[in-house]
Amino acid sequence: MPLFHARVQVSLRPSVLDPAGEATRAAAGRLGVEGVRRLRIGKAIEVDLEAADAESARAQLALLSDRLLANPVIEDWTLDLREAI
Amino acid sequence: MTIGIVVFPGSNCDRDVQWALEGCLGRPTRFLWHEERDLGAIEAVVLPGGFSYGDYLRCGAIARFAPLLEEVGRFAAAGGPVLGICNGFQVLTEMGLLPGALTRNRDLHFLCESVQLEVRPGSCRWLGGYNEGERLQLPIAHGEGRYQVESEELRRLEGEGQVVLRYSHNPNGSVGDVAGLTNAAGNVLGLMPHPERACDPLTGGVDGRRLLAAILG
Repeated sequence: MPLFHARVQVSLRPSVLDPAGEATRAAAGRLGVEGVRRLRIGKAIEVDLEAADAESARAQLALLSDRLLANPVIEDWTLDLREAI
Repeated sequence: MTIGIVVFPGSNCDRDVQWALEGCLGRPTRFLWHEERDLGAIEAVVLPGGFSYGDYLRCGAIARFAPLLEEVGRFAAAGGPVLGICNGFQVLTEMGLLPGALTRNRDLHFLCESVQLEVRPGSCRWLGGYNEGERLQLPIAHGEGRYQVESEELRRLEGEGQVVLRYSHNPNGSVGDVAGLTNAAGNVLGLMPHPERACDPLTGGVDGRRLLAAILG
């Protein structure tokens, strides 16, 4: 079965406060980087997955992202998928 | 009447709950290991505080897939009383038994202190021993207790009387000052404060006793 590499990017929904992001933004100022207007912390999850084809891989990764990797109440996710060579 | 106490790898309030129920209230308990599939003859389930499965990914996210929790889900759907304390509350939201999610405290601090709560018991079976508007004092100990839900959903929960515990002085930034929530049927309660740590006069107040005792009839 073909192997696929996926990168799932999980980010907090815009309406959800990100206090860790705010604290990091404040530290950026203390480092001397003054121009940071927005800093939000998410997660990048890398997955290698065997699947019959790209469509099937995408469907399984969508299920995984929706049900486990992200909590749709507070998070959005995007998927970057490519077949391993 | 035996009360089941769920034990995950990383649970750390399971023994406290056992002491509160058995030592302070004289009720039998049984530990339910996360890999079990049979609840047996228990009449209520408590999901205790701690860091289930290390709280990897998100608090409660992995615990939700424990074999035992399928049974707990069925038990709750059949009207069985389920109480989630702190990490147990986080697990209940991840399971979808309660709406919303619990996120990092507004000021990032792990909060370990006593808080005042206002009770609106409504139809919640766990809060039958409290009066409307009653204030009680319970300890909190959490880093991720900021309740989050869309404002429309919050209004619906408030309208239907599911917001049963509120902070008098919001410590963590929870929307609507939410400290505890019940489901529509009133048999499931999730709360961030620790009633089991307020049962023994030796270690502070006893405001948590009625909560744990109420369900026992």
